[in-house]
Amino acid sequence: MFENIGEMIVLFGRTLLALPLAWRQRQKIFDQFFEIGNASLLMVCVLSFFIGAVIALQTGPVLVERSLASAVGGIVGISLAKELAPVMMAILIAGRIGSAMAAEIGSMRVYQEIDALRTMNINPIHYLVLPRLVAIACALPMLVIFSILVGWFGGALVAEANNHIAIPFQAFFTNLREVVKLKDVANGVFKSFCFALIIGVVSCHQGLMTIGGPRGIGRSVTKAVVNSIVLIVIFDYILTRILLQQ
Amino acid sequence: MSDFTNNHSGISVQVRGLRKSFDGQEVLKGIDFEVKAGEIFVIMGPSGSGKSVLLKHLIGLETPDAGEILINGEVVQSSEIAAKYRMALVFQSGALLNSLTVGENVGLYLAEHRLKSPEEITHIVSEKLGDVGLKDAADKMPSDLSGGMKKRAAIARALVIEPQLILYDEPTSELDPLSAVVIGEEILKLKRRICVTSLIVSHDRDLAFGVADRIAVINDGQIITIGTPDEVKHNSDPLIQKFLHADFKREPQS
Repeated sequence: MFENIGEMIVLFGRTLLALPLAWRQRQKIFDQFFEIGNASLLMVCVLSFFIGAVIALQTGPVLVERSLASAVGGIVGISLAKELAPVMMAILIAGRIGSAMAAEIGSMRVYQEIDALRTMNINPIHYLVLPRLVAIACALPMLVIFSILVGWFGGALVAEANNHIAIPFQAFFTNLREVVKLKDVANGVFKSFCFALIIGVVSCHQGLMTIGGPRGIGRSVTKAVVNSIVLIVIFDYILTRILLQQ
Repeated sequence: MSDFTNNHSGISVQVRGLRKSFDGQEVLKGIDFEVKAGEIFVIMGPSGSGKSVLLKHLIGLETPDAGEILINGEVVQSSEIAAKYRMALVFQSGALLNSLTVGENVGLYLAEHRLKSPEEITHIVSEKLGDVGLKDAADKMPSDLSGGMKKRAAIARALVIEPQLILYDEPTSELDPLSAVVIGEEILKLKRRICVTSLIVSHDRDLAFGVADRIAVINDGQIITIGTPDEVKHNSDPLIQKFLHADFKREPQS
């Protein structure tokens, strides 16, 4: 993975330089954006609901036992907003969308479609990478906002329904509002934006580097997902350190 | 067959001392040849002789280790070929973009470079598909086409560029004899209509002798002869004769 980092930085730089052309590619960006949303929304919903629910379930009884029931909303709220929603959604999207990106671009490379683009003087970065990167950079933060809201709802529902916690819905959200600031949600959304760029660049790079036949495509897909997840976890630590100092 | 006038839209191509190695193995060992403007030039040779690699150099998909390519007498770098000249490569597989319809594939060059309005593009696409006998295929997906239809669609995509040079990579491979003849006729029609320079790499002897103005025979990364179809046919080199007359020999049944 690390030997490719230089190539990935160059790819990212070239895509950034092509950003002024994004308006021309708006239809492709919209198509990609729709595909990411359409393919992920239900999964994001289910995953987020149960992540919120399980945090409430794990922390609720312990806090209630120590007479800290009022802190459940805050703990669920802040852990989802700052950490769990951005990271879990990024991992989900790396598996669901990053793999699809690497497979599609990889098969285009193997079956000479990218060569065909070059012979028509169409830059594959403008045509393939730019729309995907812009779309994922817009879609993932939106999915994370959605995930945070659904996760909070899941946590609140379990906190009220579970006999060992039994915190009313309203009390849960009152505590959540006291603890979670807009800045916390913004931090999570900013992290997800960075993760989206990582997934987009890693997956497109793996696709463009694909060699061989179907086996090569499979190898690229695996590498795209694994490398994305490793980089997400590393960057999560780096970004958390930076954002904590703000 | 050679009948070149100065009134043509094609370009001339000259290749000098082209060399290319992959992983230490030399694939092209100093290739020299010239294709005149408006000519149909066929490079024949057995599989693995370096034909397709040579073609990729000519359209800028590969960079040579040594040697140079001159277009209309001017040396050009691989990276600037596609931008400076209107060239098209008809890939062996067609290389149509599978996520687009045939019509979108054919109009891709015009749409991406914003050379025409969408209405004009639709009109041109329909005209070019008509030229290759695929008028009703515009809304089909490439996966719905046969091998021959894919190749004809790829030729239509090449025509949209209004190329000065068309390169064909094994245009008749995997095709039945009738479809192969149709492709050969399309190549000849293009020469008559727009005087485009055509460079074909193929191991199909019928196609080569049917359409070529001149033929080069390549073996093991080197050109071993260049001449008119008649000259090549009567060349006494045993390797050329073996290649031209290779055929099944059935043992008589007792």
